[in-house]
Amino acid sequence: MIQFNNVTKIYANGIKAINDVTLRIRKGEFVFLVGPSGAGKSTLTKLLYREEIPSRGQIIFNGKSLARIRPREVPYLRRKIGMVFQDFRLFPQKTVFENVSFALEVTGASNREIRKVVPVVLNLVGLIEKADSFPDYLSGGEQQRVCIARAIVNNPVLIIADEPTGNLDPDTSWDLMNLLLDINRRGTTIIMATHAWDIVDAMKKRVVALKDGRVVRDEMRGVYGHEA
Amino acid sequence: MRLSTLRYYFREAFLSIWRNSWLSVASIGVVAVSLLILGSSLLLVVNANRIAQGLESSVEISVFIKDETTPDHVRDIKFEIEARPDVARVEYVPKEQALKEMMENLGDDQDILAGLEEKNPLPDAFRIKTHTVDQVAPLAAWLEAFARVDQVRYGQGVVEKLLTISRWVRTAGAVTMVLLGVAAIFLIATTIRLSVFARRKEIGIMKFLGATNWFVRFPFLLEGMLLGLAGSFVAVVVIYFGYLSLIGNINLSLPFMRLVTERSLIISLMEGLLALGLAIGATGSMISMRRFLKA
Ligand SMILES: Nc1ncnc2c1ncn2[C@@H]1O[C@H](COP(=O)(O)OP(=O)(O)O)[C@@H](O)[C@H]1O
Ligand SMILES: [Mg+2]
Repeated sequence: MIQFNNVTKIYANGIKAINDVTLRIRKGEFVFLVGPSGAGKSTLTKLLYREEIPSRGQIIFNGKSLARIRPREVPYLRRKIGMVFQDFRLFPQKTVFENVSFALEVTGASNREIRKVVPVVLNLVGLIEKADSFPDYLSGGEQQRVCIARAIVNNPVLIIADEPTGNLDPDTSWDLMNLLLDINRRGTTIIMATHAWDIVDAMKKRVVALKDGRVVRDEMRGVYGHEA
Repeated sequence: MRLSTLRYYFREAFLSIWRNSWLSVASIGVVAVSLLILGSSLLLVVNANRIAQGLESSVEISVFIKDETTPDHVRDIKFEIEARPDVARVEYVPKEQALKEMMENLGDDQDILAGLEEKNPLPDAFRIKTHTVDQVAPLAAWLEAFARVDQVRYGQGVVEKLLTISRWVRTAGAVTMVLLGVAAIFLIATTIRLSVFARRKEIGIMKFLGATNWFVRFPFLLEGMLLGLAGSFVAVVVIYFGYLSLIGNINLSLPFMRLVTERSLIISLMEGLLALGLAIGATGSMISMRRFLKA
């Protein structure tokens, strides 16, 4: 489903954030991206949702070369990808329900569809009771679950989670991981960049380790490792 | 476009206007003032032209022809005058007819002209009407150049003065309007820029949620258009009621002054002002978005 062919990303300031990466991720996989800060994990994900464009090499997503996608089509690419960030990025003045429904509104979904789908998704992440609360009144774990609800409400084929547990305590982190695992079992591919070595070690999923923009290790049932 | 999306656009636009309320009020004010000036000068021009038109029917050019001119020559000159596109009507008035008219005009006092029939001192003449008043002066100048023409007369002065005023008002109005219009556009652009700036985080979130550029931009476009529309609405209301009371006052104090009162004309003027306000607002926000909301 995702194929990186000799991808290099050099930022305008000359930093080579991704260096000749070739990588293949199949549909339904759960992939951890590990590596020290500045290794290029976030850049790798940004290349996928076309926040950044490779300097060299090509990326195939769902059979399409991302280089060929016109700027006009980028929003439609992003609707196939759900994103979860360490800093949540919720709308503070919208309720939980509205934050989730907004991801549907953006795609021009009807009110009927919104009323049908949003409660289902909120139920899935266990936040149906908090539908009318505002993000600032929720715990970090709850906020991150709102983000996951928002990420999956459009039925994406891929979820990109960039250090989603970075701001959460260990117990809450595990709740979140179980939720992601659950979503992965329903067939959604998940790419998660993380520093949480205990989670990586316990889950025994594919681990791609980056260092200085290069893939230094790629194991199917991997552990966090010691490069970091 | 779905109704819920439309509702979202309007809610966001009004929210922005509310958040930047001071700048919004300033934008509305500048749009209102510039359109107020445009509207009033347009009304002035329309009225000046109307009055000039009224005079037009009484303005005709009299061309006196030299005595020794032959009928053949007269016919040639008439053909030549008639051939001009600005000439509406040409009438040849031989001196006998002119004298008869003069006597009729004098009525009971026509005795003073007695005996003139034999040695008529009046010249033969053409009476010419143009289509519009502003064609009178150039035509008169053209007629002066004829060898057989002795004198050209028309209501010199009045018409020109009126037209000069009307032209002056038009130019001054246009210049002020353009200057203020540009100011209004840039004020709106600034307002929108602040709105965009205040929402740059939300815009970022919308982009990664897969919002199209137009979905992101439309509330800002709408905000500018609403500001422009609000300004032009203020101008329209002020002009409309101001003009109504002017018509009332003038009818009382200067009943012979006929102002333009056709509803259809006034209403289309007001519609034009509203449309212009909308356009000013849209232009302002487009400028901002081209600079601050690229792809
Ligand atoms: N927008 C940017 N412009 C310039 N340099 C950047 C930018 N984003 C990231 N970098 C640099 O690229 C390298 C990789 O960053 P990043 O992908 O964020 O790493 P990670 O997510 O693994 O910590 C770092 O050296 C970082 O400073
Ligand atoms: Mg990062």
